[in-house]
This record gives sequence, structure tokens and C-alpha cells, in this order.
Amino acid sequence: MTEKKTPLLDELEKGKWPSFVTEIKRAAVKSAASAELLQVLERSYEERRGHWKHGGIVGVRGYGGGVIGRYVDEPETYPNIAEFHTVRINQPSGFFYNTKTLRTICDLWEKHGSGLTNMHGSTGDIILLGCKTEHIQPIFDDYSEAGFDLGGSGSCLRTTNCCVGPGRCEYACYDTLEACYNITNEFMDELHRPMWPYKSKIKFSGCANDCTGAIARSDISVIGTWRDTIRIDQDAVKEYAANKFPIQSQVCDKCPTGCLTYNNETQELAVIAEDCTRCHHCINLMPKAIQAGKEKGATILVGGKSTIVQSAFMSSVVIPFMKMDVEDDFEEFKDTVRRIWEWWDENGKTRERIGETIFRLGMGKFLREAEIPIVPQQVFRPRANPYVFWAQEDLDKSGTALDGTAL
Amino acid sequence: MAAKLDQGPPNYKEMLPPIILDNYGKWKYHEIPRSGVLKHVSESGAALFSVRVATPRLVSIDFIRDVCALADEFCDGFLRWTTRNNIEFLLSDEAKVNPLIETLVAKGFAVGGTGAAISNIIHTQGWVHCHTPATDASGVVKAVMDDLYEYFESMKLPAKLKMGLACCLNMCGSTHCSDIGIVGVHRTPPRIDHDKIRKGTEIPSLVASCPTGAIRPDPKNKSVVVNEEKCMYCGNCYTMSPAMEIYDARNDGIAILIGGKVSNARSAPSFSRMVIPFLPNNAPRWPEVTEAIRAILELWIANADKGERLGEWVERIGWERFFALSGLPFSDMLIDDYIFARETFRTGAAFKY
Repeated sequence: MTEKKTPLLDELEKGKWPSFVTEIKRAAVKSAASAELLQVLERSYEERRGHWKHGGIVGVRGYGGGVIGRYVDEPETYPNIAEFHTVRINQPSGFFYNTKTLRTICDLWEKHGSGLTNMHGSTGDIILLGCKTEHIQPIFDDYSEAGFDLGGSGSCLRTTNCCVGPGRCEYACYDTLEACYNITNEFMDELHRPMWPYKSKIKFSGCANDCTGAIARSDISVIGTWRDTIRIDQDAVKEYAANKFPIQSQVCDKCPTGCLTYNNETQELAVIAEDCTRCHHCINLMPKAIQAGKEKGATILVGGKSTIVQSAFMSSVVIPFMKMDVEDDFEEFKDTVRRIWEWWDENGKTRERIGETIFRLGMGKFLREAEIPIVPQQVFRPRANPYVFWAQEDLDKSGTALDGTAL
Repeated sequence: MAAKLDQGPPNYKEMLPPIILDNYGKWKYHEIPRSGVLKHVSESGAALFSVRVATPRLVSIDFIRDVCALADEFCDGFLRWTTRNNIEFLLSDEAKVNPLIETLVAKGFAVGGTGAAISNIIHTQGWVHCHTPATDASGVVKAVMDDLYEYFESMKLPAKLKMGLACCLNMCGSTHCSDIGIVGVHRTPPRIDHDKIRKGTEIPSLVASCPTGAIRPDPKNKSVVVNEEKCMYCGNCYTMSPAMEIYDARNDGIAILIGGKVSNARSAPSFSRMVIPFLPNNAPRWPEVTEAIRAILELWIANADKGERLGEWVERIGWERFFALSGLPFSDMLIDDYIFARETFRTGAAFKY
């Protein structure tokens, strides 16, 4: 094959940041499909438009998702990428790997596909980028034998994801790695066999820093927190002071509730426990001196999503504090999400995320029907109008005036 | 052999190095001894070093094998990826940290992305693999990160800076909650291929897919019509039917949104807000985009307090002040007219000039 030129893409091999063009060229040495991808991408750079079509039902036996069909728009010109499908492989919790596992992923992908991957897709999966339809089932068979499973696609529970958690972070308020693994295994049917109005995502973050972006990027956001009071090690505070760390200006002055006071003479920090909102700022700045309380768990928030269709939503609080204990097998969480999904499945319209269903039908209705206790932590402030949907069965329906005459 | 169904992901416990198994849940604090290196110290006194390296996200299996060879040599075969597509080499032996970094640098890897830095741009597929892209993803990321490389390998920003890129108005790729969101935008209505619609489009689904109700059935033609005044160019209809081609090379381009965050520290999580409605798609290096982002970044660096995220700074000084300082033109295109527009209108008589 004569080497085809890619002058525009070559410009993106210059500079210090690692180049995806170099990566496609490396794959192109062994894969005719990757070589053609380079050609069609060069054309996109000339014409400033994409050349991919979606659609066509592709998949594996026993599952309703995990593979996304992709086709080039000029199959005659680019026969090797006429079919160039994506396979999603469910990643291990926290994106931890040993090199043996990674090499297995590479070897199988060299055998069946383009040799190109995304490590990782935004939802979390290992993305195998580009294979023919006839290879999909053998790919799944081989990866399955090696101990891997497919991720989600379509109107299902999408692949769950978590932060590094107690594996490497002192902030983790619950075991995000185990929660992600355990709960993914619990909901295999929901993940592999699309049956809902639309997709649903769960992300597990171990603390309020929310490194997985759970609050903005998942329908069910599980964000680590604690119920009692932050713990302060006054000896460690004194060490920060000795090292000239600006405790007053960087920590106390930036505390959003002003609940933290520093005594310059005694070099001690004090907290007004009931004023603290657990935002995590002080812990981020003084991790050696301040830590979370002892009664740890998670806040459960619902409804997060990106812009399409009805604007971006942040998840909002439904359960301010829930224990997330490995010993209990995360039972309370599993029961709660089952009720939440069941409500959405009954009430949601096609292509409506749960946040949109709640917005359309009302948070009060959702909380009542999903049997979630109603507490002030669920709102910033109460309603500013009198339009309450009163439960009519609780009211006097006699239809009479106070003197007993008919109304 | 038939595949095992529902066996779930590989068990993470098999992927953890011995130092993590020994100190699981016992980490006490961490430090950043230098850019690109995290040091986590356990209650037991054990220290784990993570060396962070950039990737372009789209990587070949050869790249992964190269990385494996390094992990075998320096990390007993253990490593991880971050949610922002960086790699972290996990070392239990401090003596190996500097030799690893020297080897990485010699091989051309980019070490950094920790603390008050930019740590890779979360992004989508773009022209590489998406069906509705208004711009490329990987190429824009490459151009922007080449330009801002100094802020990846150092920690001199006021606070951390998270960027995202979405190649169309769906705003995948976390652009809605990033400090800086780079968003591909279409600006013209879809072009209807009536033959294609007649051949294989479920018209009710197509009509229902439009968020603004701009698509109506046209029974006479056995097709649909688009009310162009109502169309917001989201491309949702093209996802439903390939007969609704939306790309338009002369008019597609990029919008810039700023000020989003997901962390709860100090202030509530917030969405990014549009500050530049359109920049041209000047492939392969997108100079207008890289210049615009650098200008915003430099303004933030010059004016923000220490520790203040981009959005926190703008909220403190006020958006009207941000536009005055940046010189960016403010226009009706930046005033929301979608579903939740009203909550962005100023309902008070106190503001700045």
C-alpha cells in the first residue's frame, strides 16, 4: 500500500502534548482499518465535517447493549472501515490495573480490531474503537473467557464508575471501590438488557470534592459525607502554624459558613459543629490536621445529566445521609434505587432522564411515591407560591357549609 | 466457547498493589512533593507515590504496552488511570520515583497535572468517531493543551482548572460542569432528505425527538417539515434519523463556556456559562480557540485570589465586571432563552459597570 499523505493531521504531531495522531499512525502499522481511519480523518480536517453514521442493530447474544454501531459514509472509498463499531468493556473499580490484565486487553484487541482504544470513555468503560460486525461475538467470547464483561449502552443502567476511594485517598467516607463493584454485580440485568425510558447512570464519589463529577454527570449520585462533626488534631494545627501556613486567611476566611475560628495565641482551631455544612474546604487545605467525623456514609442525590434535552441538571438531595456499609451488602442503597427506578420506569416518557421526569411531575410526588422521607435538606428554600396539590382524601369532603347547609 | 453472561467487571482487588492492600482505608494525608507526583502517607507510616502522566485518551495498544513495560520496571506491574484520562504509576519505593520520571521525560511523556494545574481535557470523539460532531475533539484538545502546556507541568494557577470539550450541543464530555467548556456548535437547521425519511424513519419518534417542537409531520409528503424559527440546531433529530443531516462546514464552530465546578468546597457545584457564542473551526490548530482560552486564563491568573476557582472568581467580581475586564463582547446570544432562562435574569437593582 502506498503511503497516503496526511499534511493537516501531521500538524497535530507537533507540540509537547501527547498526540492522538501519532497513536492512530502506530495502530495503522498493523491495522488496515486504522490506516483508513487516518485517511477519512484527514478528509474531515480538509472539509471540516464528520464522516460517520450510526445505527444498524449490532450486538451479542444474550445482551441488549454494550456495542455501538458505527459506519463510514463512503464504504466504497473506505472498505476497511465500512463497519467500525465500538465495544464497551466494563472497567475495574477505580481504573486500577495490573499489567497482565492490560496486556490481555491489548492482545485480544490486536486479534480482533483496530488496535485503537479510549482509556477510558467518559462514563468509565474501556472503549475498543473500531471492529467489523462479524467480529463482535468472537470479541465478546474471548474477553468473557479472559474475565471481562461488556458495559452498558442504550436505555439501561450505564456502566457505573467511582473515584479512587479508600484505595488511595484519606478523604473517602465509604468504600467507593467495593460499592461500585458490588452494586454493578447486583444490577447486571439492568446493565446488560435495556428496559427503561432512557439511560440511567450511577457514580460513586467518596467525598464532597466529587472527583467523578457525580452530581453533574449521573442520575444517581452517591457522594461521601459524615453525620457528626469534623475532627481536629490541635498538635497538627500547631505544626501548620509553625510552617507559616496562612490558617486564618486560607482556611477560616474561606469557610462558607464561618464555623471555623482560629485562635492565634493558642494556635488552636475551633468549630461550631451545627453550623458546618461539610463542604470539605478546610480538610482539603489542612488534611494533616482536620478530618471527617466518625459517623460516615453518603448523601444520595438524583437527577443529574448534561444539556440534552431539557437543559443540564445537577442532581439534588433525596437522602441527606445513608450508611454505605460493606457489611450490610449496601442493602439500603439497593432497595432505594430499586424504588427510584421503578417510579421512573412507570412514569417516565421515552428518552426522558429521571431528572426530567421529576421536573415534569413534581419532586413532592416523586418523593412520596418512591417512599422517600421528606426533610428540609432536600431544598435550598421552600416554595414561594400557595399552589399545593393537597391530598383531597385528607380534607372534609362533606360538601357542607359550617351551618350544615349544602355548599 | 460461549461467553459467560453477567459475570461483571474484573475484581479491582486483583488490581491493587500490595501497599494498597496493606493500607486500604488507612490513608492519613497526602502531599504534592513536586508537580506530577502525589505522596500518600498511611497511618502505618507507609508512603505510596503516584506519578501522573498525560495521555491523549485515544491511544493504541502499543502505547498501553509501552506503559506496561514501565510499570513492570518501576511499579511491580501496578498502575491506574484517572477520571481525566491521565495515567498514574503507583510506586511503593521512593528511590524509584526520580528514575521513573527521568525515563518518562526521556521517552517524551508529559508529567504533571497535579494541584493548581490543568489536568487534561475530558473530551468526546469528534470527527474520529461521532455521528453529529460540529468540530473535532482530539485535535482541539491537542491544540489547546500544547498552548497551555506550562500550566500542566507546573502548579502556578490560582486553583485547579478542569476543562471539558464536547463536539456538539449535546454537551457530552462534562463541559456543563467544567471551569472551561469548549463546545462544538451547529448554527443552521437540519437538511431534510425526504427519500431517506420515506425509506426508513419512524416519523412519530422523529417528531418527538425535537426538544422545541420544531418538527411537524407532513402526511402529504410522507415526511416532516422543520419550523426553522424554532430550531435550536441541537442535532437530536439526526440521532433519531440520518435523513436530518445537520453538519454545515461553513457555519459549524465552537462556543466557550466558563465557571462550572462539581466540588462542594466553599461554594455549591455550578454549571458553566457561555461567554463566547462562536469561534471558527480553523483546523488543524484552532488558533482563535487557543487564543481565547489563554486570554481568559491569564485574566483569571492576574485577578483571582489564591485558591479561587475560575467560576468563584467571576461570581465574586460579578459577570458584568468579567465582561468589562475581558473585553469580550456581550450580546443577546449570551442571554438565555431556553427552559430555565428566567433564573439567570437580574432581579435586583444592584450591579456594577
